[in-house]
Amino acid sequence: MSKGRFGIYGGQYIPETLMSAVTELEEAYNHFKNDPKFKAELNSLLKNYAGRPSMLYFAENMTKDLGGAKIYLKREDLNHTGSHKINNVLGQVLLAKYMGKTRVIAETGAGQHGVATATAAALLGLKCEIFMGKEDTQRQALNVFRMRLLGAKVNVVDSGTQTLKDAVNETLREWSRRVKDTHYVLGSVMGPHPFPTIVRDFQNVIGQEVKEQILEIEGRLPDVLIACIGGGSNAIGLFYEFIQEPNVRLIGCEAAGHGVHTKKTAATLAIGKLGIFHGMKSYFCQDEYGQIAPVYSISAGLDYPGVGPEHAYLHEIGRAEYVAVTDNEAVEAFEYLSCVEGIIPAIESAHAVAYAMKLAPKMEKDQIIVIGLSGRGDKDVASIARYMGVEIYE
Amino acid sequence: MNKLHKAFAKGKAFIPFITAGDPSLETTRELVLQMAEAGADLIELGIPFSDPVAEGKVIQSASIRALSHGITVDHIFSMLRDIRKTCSIPIALMTYINPIFAYGVHRFLNNCKDAGVDALIVPDLPFEEKDELMPFCLKCGVYLISMIAPTSDKRIHMIAREAQGFIYCVSSMGVTGVRKNISSDAEQMVRLVKEVNDIPCAVGFGISTPEQAARIAKFADGVIVGSAIVKIIEQYGSKCIPHVIEYVRTMKKAVKKG
Ligand SMILES: Cc1ncc(COP(=O)(O)O)c(C=O)c1O
Repeated sequence: MSKGRFGIYGGQYIPETLMSAVTELEEAYNHFKNDPKFKAELNSLLKNYAGRPSMLYFAENMTKDLGGAKIYLKREDLNHTGSHKINNVLGQVLLAKYMGKTRVIAETGAGQHGVATATAAALLGLKCEIFMGKEDTQRQALNVFRMRLLGAKVNVVDSGTQTLKDAVNETLREWSRRVKDTHYVLGSVMGPHPFPTIVRDFQNVIGQEVKEQILEIEGRLPDVLIACIGGGSNAIGLFYEFIQEPNVRLIGCEAAGHGVHTKKTAATLAIGKLGIFHGMKSYFCQDEYGQIAPVYSISAGLDYPGVGPEHAYLHEIGRAEYVAVTDNEAVEAFEYLSCVEGIIPAIESAHAVAYAMKLAPKMEKDQIIVIGLSGRGDKDVASIARYMGVEIYE
Repeated sequence: MNKLHKAFAKGKAFIPFITAGDPSLETTRELVLQMAEAGADLIELGIPFSDPVAEGKVIQSASIRALSHGITVDHIFSMLRDIRKTCSIPIALMTYINPIFAYGVHRFLNNCKDAGVDALIVPDLPFEEKDELMPFCLKCGVYLISMIAPTSDKRIHMIAREAQGFIYCVSSMGVTGVRKNISSDAEQMVRLVKEVNDIPCAVGFGISTPEQAARIAKFADGVIVGSAIVKIIEQYGSKCIPHVIEYVRTMKKAVKKG
């Protein structure tokens, strides 16, 4: 059996052309993750550049309004560049630099990972190219321009469904053309080993901080953690530190789109089947012949037909629960958090907020929910307006 | 009985690649039969996949065209059974691991055996993961072809030692597609293979002209050509057969000279 397994999930299902690159990456990561200079530099970037630790905010209005469990928000939306993606990106781009790479490439869905990668590349002096599905460049036009401002080249991907999975395809293709000077900054806990492990380790800071913060504020661990799942990086980042704490429920929210019983959905664990794609064995939305299915969500960041292998494993052993949240529920939560707390969440994160709104009223008042607020919603304002039938001109 | 050895038994092999179902399964069947007549030594037949990450634009488009006609693995197996009534040219199926996995590995390989498939080429199944298919390939007498790339370096000996049938040498970095210049890495790759295993080496990726093919055939046991043929099919559609056959004849002649 190959390396990088979570139970039967994970592995390294990639063309031979890329095997040397992932092996080089694994060796470099194992070396530098314990290197005091690398660790110090990364910690300094996280603190002084990204703005960590991010706050754990008691959402008092929401708690009162819902009338159940106490709700805390882990404010990854306040990070530099506006989402949790920066945690992983600073780690990977710094690693690329230590490896002697001069160029980074990345896929992006919502554009958050692309913006974060372009940002880190600008800061650390590496060339940067981003691959983004054509459809996503249209619904996230602001982020496209943002990446260009940051000095990155944005390649519009017009193959396949023109969304996140096609952007991943194209970035893998580009990487196989140029592995010598180029590192692929994968944006979630997916792809071939060692990416699911590296990305999880770099996102682990979320849950580590939550543990410390909640112990200080409440003197005890939370009862429930809730996060949205695209590939699963902000969720695993929040969950990982608590996996060994059996009394903490872990809940991942997939994008149901129009509903899990329709064709317009991206809820992989709800409707997907075991498969092998994008370098990993995991669950994928696919037809009976193994053709990857076009998926749909209002949220470009959750619009992916697979899920990271560690989530597939946590799902199988029953350690984490996975639920599906529809477009409508997410948009409602988007508006709700904006009005009630004055916080506009990313539409991705709004999926987690939506489930908390269902769960909190059913819980006791002394129980605690922590929501992973993975990003801020500025990028989504125009598309939410469109969804609600309002045209705005920027 | 596996027929793969026949491909390399009469000197240097010419190996054309086409995508099954592009532009139609009838055309694919005719192409296989006529390319065999025209001197092809082994035919690499692609099963279309929605997300072929090792493929450039030309073969990506062929996959999409085939899938848009509703072509499935079942249709392809039934076409192969039909071909086998009259034609015994060695055939390798090329596809990605997910379509095989979804179909059921055992069921897929039993069908390969029934349909007279001699080998499987699965670009996203590297050496480390070959156990997904290998036990079933051995059971059904179908070769699982190993690939090596310009970055394989130290991996070449490891891969070559366990390789069977032939080795697919990827001539250049990147994805499939016609290239002006073919790197010279391939010759060194073949040499490294032969140090540990006396197995035929076929070189592919990027080759399109008779000159390139002749140069490769000087050191390799076979030349694989995909995108250049698929381009002809794309251009002429259902009228592509005479054009493809003329090209195959030219390339075969060039390879023989090498
Ligand atoms: C704000 C935000 N949250 C969540 C995601 C989903 O990714 P993941 O599941 O890896 O956290 C994205 C992806 O673009 C995002 O931008």
